[in-house]
Amino acid sequence: MAQLYSENTSNSEQLKPSKKTVKFLIDYSKSLNVVKLNKTNYEFFLN
Amino acid sequence: MSTKSLSDAQLVCNYISGDENALSILINRHQSRLYGFIFSKIQDRNAADDVFQDTFIKVIRTLKRGNYNEQGKFLPWIMRISHNLIIDYFRKNSRMPKFKSKNDFDIFSIISDDSLNVENKMVDAQIENHVRILLDELPNEQKAVIKMRIYQDMSFKEISENTGVSINTALGRMRYGLINLRKMIEKHKISLIN
Repeated sequence: MAQLYSENTSNSEQLKPSKKTVKFLIDYSKSLNVVKLNKTNYEFFLN
Repeated sequence: MSTKSLSDAQLVCNYISGDENALSILINRHQSRLYGFIFSKIQDRNAADDVFQDTFIKVIRTLKRGNYNEQGKFLPWIMRISHNLIIDYFRKNSRMPKFKSKNDFDIFSIISDDSLNVENKMVDAQIENHVRILLDELPNEQKAVIKMRIYQDMSFKEISENTGVSINTALGRMRYGLINLRKMIEKHKISLIN
């Protein structure tokens, strides 16, 4: 029974987001800067 | 220590501390699971990419703002975010073209509509609400396994990894959870049929 239920659904393993999307997220994260001043968060993007 | 062996919690901590590579590892680790879940609901690659992107944008902003409380539940957290964004997606795309039948010809005499009518949808929603209430009555371990299996579509292998128990233990909790649910339904004479 354990062997039966240990199989991952093959469809979800093959599906991945586009490389462009992942690259965008990594770049977005690198450029996003958050500064907290007086309990307010200020977000700005570095070039 | 290899970065690939770090837990999600440790990677999140590293990311908040400024390690951008930790985010890459987290995305790489969970992208198939998350994207597969999104695509299974939306069935459109471009839209699924958008939802995936929006999910992680929310994750990045929350982590960078310092608003995340680490409770060892990173994957359920991002799954919940994507679930809510999927609902938003369907709400935005709910506009359908209208068709008015003429007196001499009714298209619906040829085309049948198998979807639930409004009354049945309300009954369905009520049944789902009753099920959720019954689930809350279960012991926490059984409730957690059933929720992960049914609502988050996780395999038992993933459930066992997430909860730190063996697959057989997870299976057992699922089985006893369902038995207890049936007992509660019989005891309270609840009808869950639409």
